[in-house]
Amino acid sequence: MTDAEELRVRTRKLLDEHPPATTDRTDFLRARFDAGLAWVHYPVGLGGLDAPRALQTVVDAELAAAGAPDNDPRKIGIGLGMAAPTVLAHGTDEVRRRFLRPLWVGEEVWCQLFSEPGAGSDLAALATRAVRDGEDWVVDGQKVWTSSAHTARWAILIARTDPDAPKHRGITYFVCDMTDPGVEVRPLRQITGEAEFNEVFLTGVRIPDAHRLGEVGDGWRVAQTTLMNERVSIGGARIPREGGMIGKVATTWRERPGLRTHELHRRLLDHWVDAEVARLAGERLRQQLVAGRPGPEGSAMKLAFARLNQAISGLEVELLGDEGLLYGEWEMRRPELVDFTGRDAGYRYLRSKGNSIEGGTSEVLLNIVAERVLGLPPEPRNDKDVAWKDLAR
Amino acid sequence: MTESSELTEQPLDLLYSETEDDLRAAVRALLADRAGHQALLGRIETDSPYVPGLWKSLAGDIGVAGLLVPEKLGGQGASHREAAVVLEELGRAVTPMPYLTSAVVATETLLALEGENDAAAGLLADLAGGRTVVALAVPLSTAPDAELPLGERVAAVADATAADAFLVLRADGLYAVPADEATVEPQTPLDLTRPLAAVTTGAGSGARLAGPGPARAAVRRGLLAGAGLLASEQLGLAEWCLEETVRHTRERHQFNRPVGSFQALKHRMAQLWLDLVGARAAARAAADALATGSADAPLIVAVAQAYCSRTAVRAAEECVQLHGGIGMTWEHPAHLALKRAKSDQIALGSTGRHQDAIAALVGLAPPA
Repeated sequence: MTDAEELRVRTRKLLDEHPPATTDRTDFLRARFDAGLAWVHYPVGLGGLDAPRALQTVVDAELAAAGAPDNDPRKIGIGLGMAAPTVLAHGTDEVRRRFLRPLWVGEEVWCQLFSEPGAGSDLAALATRAVRDGEDWVVDGQKVWTSSAHTARWAILIARTDPDAPKHRGITYFVCDMTDPGVEVRPLRQITGEAEFNEVFLTGVRIPDAHRLGEVGDGWRVAQTTLMNERVSIGGARIPREGGMIGKVATTWRERPGLRTHELHRRLLDHWVDAEVARLAGERLRQQLVAGRPGPEGSAMKLAFARLNQAISGLEVELLGDEGLLYGEWEMRRPELVDFTGRDAGYRYLRSKGNSIEGGTSEVLLNIVAERVLGLPPEPRNDKDVAWKDLAR
Repeated sequence: MTESSELTEQPLDLLYSETEDDLRAAVRALLADRAGHQALLGRIETDSPYVPGLWKSLAGDIGVAGLLVPEKLGGQGASHREAAVVLEELGRAVTPMPYLTSAVVATETLLALEGENDAAAGLLADLAGGRTVVALAVPLSTAPDAELPLGERVAAVADATAADAFLVLRADGLYAVPADEATVEPQTPLDLTRPLAAVTTGAGSGARLAGPGPARAAVRRGLLAGAGLLASEQLGLAEWCLEETVRHTRERHQFNRPVGSFQALKHRMAQLWLDLVGARAAARAAADALATGSADAPLIVAVAQAYCSRTAVRAAEECVQLHGGIGMTWEHPAHLALKRAKSDQIALGSTGRHQDAIAALVGLAPPA
């Protein structure tokens, strides 16, 4: 068992041997990984020390105090939050050793090839096919809503390997090489005018069988590891009071008395209370995680923030009046990072519409809460025991 | 910079401790044994809805009356966090019990006068031992920052019929008036589990505990603690409403399916659960801020009240609706929760009052 003091000692040793001021950033990050201080709850040899996850904060605090570089987690969120836990849980030793270090260091960016034009909320209905050909699989199909596809070196991919099986049972999970000549990436422009995401067309893409994660036909179960971690990473951040969108509109309210009306005041206070309570709920969730008592509250956070962001940004556009009629610029850009609160109120209003769609629609999440948390009975369904190829499309 | 960013953020403990979990289990078992909903339905139209002997068991035997009172004054030396857990359970069971009024509001008011007066200390010791029930003679609707009433007759005083003494605010200070020197006229309350009465005390009756300045500050402190811990009562009540609704809709069949399998109903219950996640965080935050004497307490209490009032009312309203016809009957306890929730929404300050307090505290002024 590794305790906080031992981690401090190890961290100081890393800093002594690789002084951040004189060490190349990538070299430092590699050394940190090799010292087991990347993600302490990971196994020894894979960037961790099999230590409690909560102790990561000890390492992070020491490193931050010493001015050490980090791996810029916002830029490699899909790799850290989704690909890594799945590779760890389902990859062979060889696969884990090949992928986890460059993933964590940020030398290799990852993206996620899950959603399809015909498989959104019903992700298990996906139609991208993978056909076995000797030691390889050959993949054909179309994926959508892929962030970082244009910068990614690798992708986590789910594809149909058995069309005759019911939809959940005929899927297999792969690591896909984004430099394969059969991969074509096209920007997907959103209602904000920007293109954060891509469409990805897969034509005769070859994937070695060694890059399969989990058993053939077991991809849906493997994907649950990825999706569970997606919701944790979206809901897990700590927020200061008036952090996020409420801070923007509160500042405008304070600085520009001429915009105020009674009706907007009442709504602003409603939202302020909701935002503060959501912040406290997030803090409570964080304390539960630190205490080793995670609850189902994580799924509540994403739902709450989606609704709040939409309500607050809508109010902000109204509050601005004449300025609310304007929009910064519609020129298509390809932002490197997802940005919910940057730019102007009109952008925030439009971008927040995605908050209740991306990473599971609010409607699907409410079903999940109802069935898994409250134990309510599922809706009767007619797609569970039917071969995928016979489903209505 | 703005006022709100100047407010330093306190590190709040938002979890439940093991001691608090144990206390909850003890209170829940006692209430289930002695004050089930059917027992309450049999009492609420009698002269007294209070279950005989229950106060003695809870206050004396489990010792919850003195949770806020330091040991040197005869109490348990616990805090608002533990009292909040008791209130969660009292809210769940919609128990008629002068706990919020006597063990929180009146007790906190007297605690603020500690050292001012020996009479206050004596009263506190009796309160802490569960031997005396004291009610602050203000309308139940009084918010912590409200204009305080000074008349001889005060209406809508909660738990007045159970009180042995009243704390009465007059122009020249705070008085302790024995119940037998006061006239108590019961009123017909919307919430039959929290009796209301008009209390009249003659000028000059009772013993003076404090002068006008300390008296007002003490009463405000009592009301702030009451408002903050009322959020926990509302949380407990809302939890019961959701649990009962889930249980009912899993069992109740229509159209050859459990009605709880219909998405239209599931989403409403899931939404309630989300609101409860927020309410629990807010109620815990208020209890912890009061327990630690945080400078942030007035803001966090107002936030918890604004949020938990709304959550409790919606949970109770959904409970009635999603139960269908049975939810509209007198025999089903849903109406006990509905009436308590609606009454609690007004108690210790309405949502609007708490929002106005928030606006002032964080510098979000209304239009000129």
